[in-house]
Amino acid sequence: MRKVYFVALLLFCLATPAAQALEVFACEPEWGSLVHELAGDAVHVDVGTSALQDVHVIEAKPSLIAKVRRADLIVCSGADLEIGWLPQLIRQAGNPKVASGAGYFLASDQITTLEKPTSLDRSEGDIHAQGNPHFQLDPYRVLAIAKALDARLSQLDPAHAADFQKRLEDFSTRWQAAIKTWEAKAAPLKGRKVVVHHMSWIYLLQWLGMEQIGALEPKPGVPPTSGHLASLVELTKNAHALAILRAAYQDPKPGDWLSEQTGVPAVTLPFTVGGDDKAKDLFGLFDSTIDKLLAVAK
Amino acid sequence: MKKTAFAVLGSLMLGTPLWAAENPPDTALQALDARIRVLEAEGQKLREQAAAALAAADAARAELEKMKAAMQSQQQAQATAAVSAPRETSAPNPGGANGNAFNPGIAVILNGDYAHHSKNPDSYVHAGFPNVAGSGPQGLSLGESEVSFAANIDDKFYGQFTISYDDDNGKVGTNLEEAYIDTLALPQGFSVRAGRFFSNIGYLNSHHAHTDNFVDRPLAYQAFLADQYGDDGAQLRWVAPLDLFLELGGEVFRGENFPTAGANHSGVGAHTLFAHAGGDVGTENSWLAGVSMLKASTTGADDGFSGDNTLYLADATWKWAPNGNTKDGGVTLRSEYFIDRRHGTYTAPLDDGIDLSDPATQPWIGTRRGVYLESVYRINRTWDVGYRFDKLWAGSGNPFATGYDPLRHSVELTWRNSEFSFFRLQYSHDDPLRGLADNAIYLQYDVSLGAHGAHKF
Repeated sequence: MRKVYFVALLLFCLATPAAQALEVFACEPEWGSLVHELAGDAVHVDVGTSALQDVHVIEAKPSLIAKVRRADLIVCSGADLEIGWLPQLIRQAGNPKVASGAGYFLASDQITTLEKPTSLDRSEGDIHAQGNPHFQLDPYRVLAIAKALDARLSQLDPAHAADFQKRLEDFSTRWQAAIKTWEAKAAPLKGRKVVVHHMSWIYLLQWLGMEQIGALEPKPGVPPTSGHLASLVELTKNAHALAILRAAYQDPKPGDWLSEQTGVPAVTLPFTVGGDDKAKDLFGLFDSTIDKLLAVAK
Repeated sequence: MKKTAFAVLGSLMLGTPLWAAENPPDTALQALDARIRVLEAEGQKLREQAAAALAAADAARAELEKMKAAMQSQQQAQATAAVSAPRETSAPNPGGANGNAFNPGIAVILNGDYAHHSKNPDSYVHAGFPNVAGSGPQGLSLGESEVSFAANIDDKFYGQFTISYDDDNGKVGTNLEEAYIDTLALPQGFSVRAGRFFSNIGYLNSHHAHTDNFVDRPLAYQAFLADQYGDDGAQLRWVAPLDLFLELGGEVFRGENFPTAGANHSGVGAHTLFAHAGGDVGTENSWLAGVSMLKASTTGADDGFSGDNTLYLADATWKWAPNGNTKDGGVTLRSEYFIDRRHGTYTAPLDDGIDLSDPATQPWIGTRRGVYLESVYRINRTWDVGYRFDKLWAGSGNPFATGYDPLRHSVELTWRNSEFSFFRLQYSHDDPLRGLADNAIYLQYDVSLGAHGAHKF
């Protein structure tokens, strides 16, 4: 028994860290990338999920608990996107710094969301009371989140505040220039119609002036059924849809089937940083997304 | 927004007589006036999707910076709003004095079973294990149906309260399954839990049955813990600040529930120690493993045991899934191993109201063991199929040992409509006693409604 206590004490002493760089846990790759833009090497970023994972249904894995345990700040999408796992991570990690307050940053708290349901009923599928949480593909919202996140980083690490401010200004300048480029490039996409796999593209479509005419999932979060897919064939053909959109992590089979039936190309977009070879950072994510859409618009 | 500005104006007008009497500084009024104008102008633009901005505006000056940041995205959204505006945000009532706004998250689990056993489970026991909880009754029955309330109490505490419908050998009633508080604000990875809760020993013990992969618990859990050990007590837990997940902890319990009884040592009759470690191997593999111990001083347990009992557990879980998407495919392997050491006596349990002046007692000194190994293949988000192997060793020195060791095989098939509902079909072949076999078919439904659960790994 005494040995157990001794080992515990030893581990505790070994594990108590000296003052060092701010530890940030990002639930999704886009926020990890944003933190990197704003803080560079002044912070250490752990990203909890990858572009090839469905962040709605991540498990509260031991490795993630360990990451949250060490974090000074967690940066997540919010709007209940991570409701199935983030609360469990926080409860198990025993880290009051990120349980609430300054160390708990939800991107959804910094912006307005779209598609807030007027009534909540699970017969409508996996709906989010706080609106659609897939807002990382609206560059204006990303900029608003960047500003709020920069302020939070400065609050937690005042020694680097000036550096964070400079980096934010630099990021804003480059980002706004990039938005102009993207908007100019994407002009031919305006008014084009698409069928989506999951309801995760509304922010992108609204930004680019595109229109969603249907979804492969009969209801949000409910896997596509053959009956529902069949009902989309006529609609997709008649609307002269530009493409059938899906994220890198989504099953390609239903979209490919509809593509074969209609001749409308199915396009896999990166959806977040790391979703394809070009989407190495936030800029690459938008470059790749728009290029892939333009490629089928010609 | 207009309403807010109007209210501000209104309150200003109401305040005017007082202010006028004191000859107010014009500059302050002008500044207020100017601010209102700014708010009003911005309000026009905000009306399209005002939910968050409205709340922000109410918070006024301090929030102004935040609003400006949000404005940019809103202007953009406005420019394209005509193109696609499905179910646009409707503003909630930000200042509403709704008495239910702080209600805890309420989750309801509904569970029902149909079981057909070739041998009535009431008619046999497993060799060496008189108190095996059993795999439920013959025929139709309600399984673990429960209601759970949970919420943060304040900045330092979290509370959870779970009541389950209980059907224990025909005795029907409700059961206060868990009622505990957790600390949220202890530093350095420490946390304390107090109240009634399931011990953190082993893997399955702290998990509620509705997250299990099979209809019933493994034989070893049924035999050594009557499905699950929960009691009144306190827990101290520490998570190491390492790359590896490592938690160490211990618990003290009243010692009232099986495998303990009698609330010895002035009502601190049992204690536990546990250690769990876990991590990832690449992006597709995750593991969790642990060792635990439950030590108790027991008087008159449900199986007739009195004396000192110590239970050692080792657990290991391995999950593999393509790209780490465990809900869409992959394999889960899990095993737990039990060693139960007892030093005491056996007295035939007394039925209530019957006083035997000289009950037959005999020594119970020995070691029993148990193991299960389960593997579940997740075919896709809708289907999974699994196999479980159960084995118990009765040992010797135990009044029920017959030299035979019980063995069971189970296979299951689960269909999930969503993450909130599933149906399960299970077949088990059980050899509880030499020369006796029980073949059982189970059909189970299990649904959850209300608050969205966040489950442990």
